[in-house]
Amino acid sequence: MTYRTTLLAALLGGGLVLAVMAASQTKPQSASTPAKQTTAQSTTATAAPATSTPQSATAPPSQAQFVPRGGLSTVVLDPAHGGVDLGARGTEGIRESEVLLVFAAEVRKALEAQGFQVVMTREGNDNPSFDDRSARANAQHGAVFVTLHIASTGVAGTARVYVVPDIPSSNDANGLIPWDRAQGPFVGLSHKLGDLVQAELAKRFRGSPDIALVAPVRQLRTTAAPAIAVEISSVTVPVRADLDRMVPGVAEAIAHGIAAFKPSYVLPVPSITPGAAQP
Amino acid sequence: MSPQSRVWLAGGLFAAVMAAALYFPALRHQVRSAAQLTEKTAEQARRELLPVTPAASSEPKVKVKMFWGSGNDDGLLKAVTVELPLSDDPVLRAKEVLNTLLAGPVDSEARTLPPDAALLAFYILPDGTAIADFSEALGTSIPSGIQSEQLAIDSIARTLEANVPQVQRIKILIHGQEVETLAGHVDLTQTFRVNTKLPGAPTPPAPSAVSVITAPIQKAVQKVENAVKR
Repeated sequence: MTYRTTLLAALLGGGLVLAVMAASQTKPQSASTPAKQTTAQSTTATAAPATSTPQSATAPPSQAQFVPRGGLSTVVLDPAHGGVDLGARGTEGIRESEVLLVFAAEVRKALEAQGFQVVMTREGNDNPSFDDRSARANAQHGAVFVTLHIASTGVAGTARVYVVPDIPSSNDANGLIPWDRAQGPFVGLSHKLGDLVQAELAKRFRGSPDIALVAPVRQLRTTAAPAIAVEISSVTVPVRADLDRMVPGVAEAIAHGIAAFKPSYVLPVPSITPGAAQP
Repeated sequence: MSPQSRVWLAGGLFAAVMAAALYFPALRHQVRSAAQLTEKTAEQARRELLPVTPAASSEPKVKVKMFWGSGNDDGLLKAVTVELPLSDDPVLRAKEVLNTLLAGPVDSEARTLPPDAALLAFYILPDGTAIADFSEALGTSIPSGIQSEQLAIDSIARTLEANVPQVQRIKILIHGQEVETLAGHVDLTQTFRVNTKLPGAPTPPAPSAVSVITAPIQKAVQKVENAVKR
């Protein structure tokens, strides 16, 4: 009887071990499933903006058709990134999306001191899409657009202005500007604005370029207004205070540059292409 | 069954259970390792399957101008001449120089592309438009920012211009897909001009000049125009 009990216990023990082993084999497989789902979700998320971009849609009736009565009156200020998109991250826990809100608040004050109305694309930790941010600018009349960035690279304590390369403008028969090329008619003005702001930055931050640089910044392409990107170097500074010290200078430079640009703010009147295809 | 046999049988079973219990942690470790392998992305698997384009050892070594960063974190490119056995075939030649660009310079500070990025495919269309398909790491591992993303694009375009004259412009895909930006800033929905001597092209920047070769080509814009009109 004792031997039978021993035999039974041994068999039960063996079965228990085998059951635990079987369970352990399934565990890693189930652990891998969420990873695949995450990949799939991120792929979808990446693809979503592209599919949601109104490729065939058009911008609101061309602002280039209007010469704002009050001239340049509004600045649309865009602190980049936000929400789950932290932007560039530094070794000291510096997050671009957070620091930019500090820069944007100071830039806003400096612009308001110059008499401009300021429209922010975000004031909290949210992340509007590229098109949503452009739409804020495209809905204004008599506005310029400034998107703020902090780089991962570059000589610390310098700042650069970027404008997009030439985009051939092509208004349709109704004078509408394709959304994808909304910046087209404004590239010349953007270069002028960029050079003025860059000159102000160069005065305050040694080592910065003298004139604006050219890069196909996605955010600027769909913006139907003179538009620039200002990028500050960098999140890799040893301490956060190094970036904070740049805040007043960046704010002043942007406000003074836009104020200097104000007399140049005469929007081009688009030529309607005869026989242009209807959308 | 005699009592003695039963004792041996029970003892044997007990030993088997103990052995299994001792083997269990090692087995679990092996299972976890296998699970991690299965979690590798398709991209990683593809990278492993794709052999790095071998330099044709029979080809004579030629001087190749590579455009890496200046190493001063100033967003400038610097031309470096290296000797590589290059194929005469433009596609193979482009793959060889781009793989060399990805491998990086001796000075890692001068790197313009992430070390874990890989060139998955490269084609040249009859009109001179090249299609370069890179792994996701090109976008996910590059330092975030306009300057760093622009430097990466410029280093690719300038290196191709210097070594593969058949390429007029380049379209960059990530893992076979068109993506909106490289890493949140530079627009990848357009093509980038490679041959800066094309009619109407801006003056090519000096090797150490701030990068400016980003204008979309007329033809690519016309394609977009046609798509919009449709």
